[in-house]
Parts: sequence; C-alpha cells; structure tokens
Amino acid sequence: MEKTLQKEETYYENIRKKGYSRRDFLRFVTYMAAFMGLETSMVGQVVKALETKKRIPVIWDHFQECTGCSESFIRSNHPLVADLILDKISLDYTDTLMAASGFPAEEAKKQSIKENYGKYILVVEGAIPTKDNGVYCSIAGMSALDVLKADAAGAAAILSFGSCSSWGGIQAASPNPTGAVPVNALIKDKPVIRVPGCPPISEVMVGVVMHYVTFGTLPALDSMGRPKQFYGKRVHDTCYRRAYFDAGLFAESFDSYEAKQGYCLYKLGCRGPLTYNACASMKWNNGVSYPIESGNPCIGCSDNHFWDNDPFTKRVENVPGLGIESTANTIGKIVLGAAIGGTVAHAVAANFAKKKDIRSRSKKGKVNEKDIKE
Amino acid sequence: MGTLTYNFKRVYVWEIPVRLFHWITVLSITILIITGFIIADPPAISSGTEAVFSYWFGYVRAIHMITAYILIAVVIVRVYWAFAGNQFANWRNYIPYTKKGFKNMLYVLKVDIFLMRDKEHKLSNISIGHNYVASFSYFIMFLVFVFQAITGLALMSATSSWWFPKMFHWVVPLLGGEIAVRYFHHIFIWIFLAFIVIHVYLVFYHDYVEARGEASAMISGFKFIRSERIKESEKEIIEKTKKQMWEGDQPGKEN
Repeated sequence: MEKTLQKEETYYENIRKKGYSRRDFLRFVTYMAAFMGLETSMVGQVVKALETKKRIPVIWDHFQECTGCSESFIRSNHPLVADLILDKISLDYTDTLMAASGFPAEEAKKQSIKENYGKYILVVEGAIPTKDNGVYCSIAGMSALDVLKADAAGAAAILSFGSCSSWGGIQAASPNPTGAVPVNALIKDKPVIRVPGCPPISEVMVGVVMHYVTFGTLPALDSMGRPKQFYGKRVHDTCYRRAYFDAGLFAESFDSYEAKQGYCLYKLGCRGPLTYNACASMKWNNGVSYPIESGNPCIGCSDNHFWDNDPFTKRVENVPGLGIESTANTIGKIVLGAAIGGTVAHAVAANFAKKKDIRSRSKKGKVNEKDIKE
Repeated sequence: MGTLTYNFKRVYVWEIPVRLFHWITVLSITILIITGFIIADPPAISSGTEAVFSYWFGYVRAIHMITAYILIAVVIVRVYWAFAGNQFANWRNYIPYTKKGFKNMLYVLKVDIFLMRDKEHKLSNISIGHNYVASFSYFIMFLVFVFQAITGLALMSATSSWWFPKMFHWVVPLLGGEIAVRYFHHIFIWIFLAFIVIHVYLVFYHDYVEARGEASAMISGFKFIRSERIKESEKEIIEKTKKQMWEGDQPGKEN
C-alpha cells in the first residue's frame, strides 16, 4: 500500500516529506541547473518540473563491477542528489542497496518493469561477459546477458554508469578472458547514454535524470554517446594547473621541488589532455579536491581502454606484444638507425659497384676540362 | 681533341609550384618534427617566475598547429598541380599502374637499389623526372601525410570551433580513443624521419653516380638529359628533313 502511495508523489512532495525545506530544494535545483549547463532563467522550469511531474522509476542492474560507482553515488556532493534517486523515491531495484533480497527483490523488479513498461530508466553498472554464453556473471539464476536483455526491453533509456558498462572496463582489458562488452555493444534499439569514469561523478547521473524529467528528452550526446554538458571538456581545459602547462613548467618526478610547487603533471603521464570529464570543475568529496589537485596525474579513467594504456605515470605507452620496454620511440629509433645504416652501407657499396661508371664519367669530364677554349 | 663525350640538353623538369611545394614541405616538416617532439616530451624547465608570465609551451603548440595548416594547404595545391602541371608533376607518375611503370620499377630496384650492373645501357631506362620507385615512395608518403593530418586534426577536433578539424572527429572512436590517436600520430613521424634519410641519400647517390643535376634540379628546375633522348637533336632534325624532302613535303610549313 505504502509503495503505491509513494509512486503517486512528485519529486518535490517527496523531498518535502523527507524533511528538506523549500530553501534546500531551491538550492539543490539551482546547483544542479548550473551543473547541467542551463541558464539561470531555466531554473524556474526545472523547479516546476520537479514540483509537478511524477517520478521516473529507475532500475539499477549490477553486472561485472566493483560497486565503486554505487559507492561514489551515495557519497555525492549534495545530499539531495543521492536522496533523489536512492531513497526509495525512484529506485525500484538495486541489489546492492535495497532492503529486500533474494526472491522478493527480483519480484519487486519484475513488478516495477511490468507497471512502468516503456517508461523507466535502466541504469547499468558493470560490463557484461559474453564468452561461453555469459556464464561468468549471473544474478538470480540468469546470466547477465539475459538479465540485461530482459530489463532493457522495456526501458525508455539506458544509462551506462561507469567505465565498465560504458567501455568494458577492467574485465575487458587485454586479454579480456570473459569476453566482457559494454552495454551499447549489446543493446542497439534503445538510447544508451554513457556516463564513464572509474567511478563517474554522481551528479552526472542525476543531471541526466533531471534533464529527462524537465524537458522530456535526453540530453545532447557527443560522438561517443556521453552527455555533452558533462563530458564536453577535457580535464585539461578546466585544470587549475593549465597555466603551468602553457608556460612549459613541468614536474618530472613526484618527489621534486616542482611537484611540490604544483607544476603541470604532463610529463608524469597525466591523461588530462586526452580525457573528457568534469573532474576539474566539479571535483570530488564535496568539492574538496580531484586527482590532479592532490598531486597525482589523471589516469584517464573515463577513457576507453584506459587499463591497457599503462604505465599511468609515463607519457609514452608500450607497444602491445613487443615487451615492456619497447616504446614507440624505441621502435622509431631502430627504424631510423636501420635507415641510416642502410644508406651508409649502400653508399660504400655503390662506390664499388658503380666504379666503372663513375670513373669513365670523371675521365670524360677531365678531357673536356683540358679542351676548354679560351 | 680527346675521347668522345656525350652532349647533354637542359630539360625543364620541376616547375615553380613543384619546387615551392618541395621547399615549403621541407621547412614545415622540419618545424613539425621539432615542435612535435617537444610536445611529446617537453624539456623540464624550473623557473622562479610565476606561470602567468610565460607561455612558451603554448607557443610551441601554436606553431605546430599553424605549420600543420600550412602544410595541408600546400599539399592541396600540389594535388591540384598533379592534374594541371607538366608531365613530370602529373599524378600518373606516382602510381605504377602501367607496364612501363612496373618495368622501370624493376630496373631501378636492380640497378640503383641492389647495385646490379646495367648491361643493356638503354637510354629509355634513364628517368627524366622521378623514377617510378622514387615517385611511388612519394605516393606512400602522401598517404602517411594524410594519416598524420587526419589524426592531428582529430586530436584538435574536440577543442576546436572550426568546422574543418571538427570534420575529423570520427577518427577518435575509430582508432579507440584519443590516447590511441595521439599514439599513432606520434609513431608515424618516425616513418617521415626514416624517409628523409633515405630520400636525401638517394638524391646524393643519383647526383654522384649519374651527374645529371639531380640535387640542383630542385633549385633550378632543370635536369640534364643526353641529347639523343631529345627529339630535336641535330642528327634527327637532318633525318627528319631528308625524309620530308623525299616525300615531297615542304619543310618550311612544318614546325
């Protein structure tokens, strides 16, 4: 009974019931609108949407993952962020956090899918193994592959939360023993929004859900299927150490004076210039810091294949299959050395092989030299 | 009077657009390689001044990108010239699709690369413009250049507001992320470096062994060709005239 009552509530009603003041609510909306990249004039529209619109149910599937994304999510900056999605308002199923377990949990999911068919948002955390019919991950007696297909069928949209469900993540790293693939490799007929990161920023997920609630559409995506407003810029573009990069001031080791001074970590393998994420502007742990600010180069955790692009603290990557020390430059130097060696050898050989030609030409030339008319 | 020496004629081989293209390419590739290696592994500079007072690394990147655009522009002009220029600049030289092309390739490989003895001494084997091995290597380098340009523009695409680099954004997911694109963009430069060594050496080799102005041709535009190879040698003019007179034509009317 209580469950059905909750489902009739709007977001605002539920927030008020939870004990938040209207002021908290407005602050939350303004904060989220700013993060979503909306103009101040749009705040009213978001407020209205949350006041009037019914909640959108969310089903959260966990496959090959470490639950780090969920951990990140429940520790989001603004308390309302997590509450909005988690605290029974929207989340109908998440096997990690829900009170129910076992058979009742699965029943609750089935019921929710049935009731909200075509309307709910499916969140997927973790990659899906495909090798050997997907036996490497199964929940409630079903393989992850079958669970995803069953749950995706009635979803309005799918959110790939985290690098594993967006790209494949660590289990898809070479040699990918379980044949792990991301969600959009399997589901082609539904909009799949990638929210990569290891873990991703939780505000991004709320931002996407709020966008959907407010405008009734999914946010604009980039060519990789990521929401533009959160992944439109590189970590590098909003990095507070960018001035050091442009000035050519780089730290070369972690224990150096330069590192202490907060110089650019580019030479220590920082993937900031290649990584699209909002870390540098949003930051982590209630806006305290983010990896670069803490003195560690960005490892590009929201990038595809980032586990294979080791070592994380070096600029040059290894060439796959050619041993640990064979970097691109080593191979290049060998090629260049071979070219130089080859030409020198050829030059010596040419002097012997073309001796006749060269001599005859110089002989003829000398004859002409003597015959020059005055 | 000494031994018989050959007569040589001056042939205009490399027109001004070709020569300009060559030297602008030399300059810009040099700049691109130097700035590229700096960007890949910048020297560590410890400065007492604040970061805001310096921008040298920003300038290095700017020079790299501006030079890249210049190179792209001259290559586009050169591709146009492959259709508009003289026979030596024509695109047909660069792809060995004819029997003549394959035969010449084989000859050059035998005589110039593996230094085998040229027994036939056929005049027609001596290339006036590029030999087919050389021109095919330029075609390969053109493809490498296209790859470098596309990967470079793809790396710029995300932060650029111009439609031109944005056009190449599809390369990033195709190659598997920007790290991979940067990686390919970096490793391919070694092909240029190896090419430069071999190319410069072979120019010197031809100039030294054949002494027909191979190296200076890219400055003057001329190469020296045995007069027998040119139709209007004195002997041929006389023979042509004789023939025409026998046939009753009026030599004055023909040029």
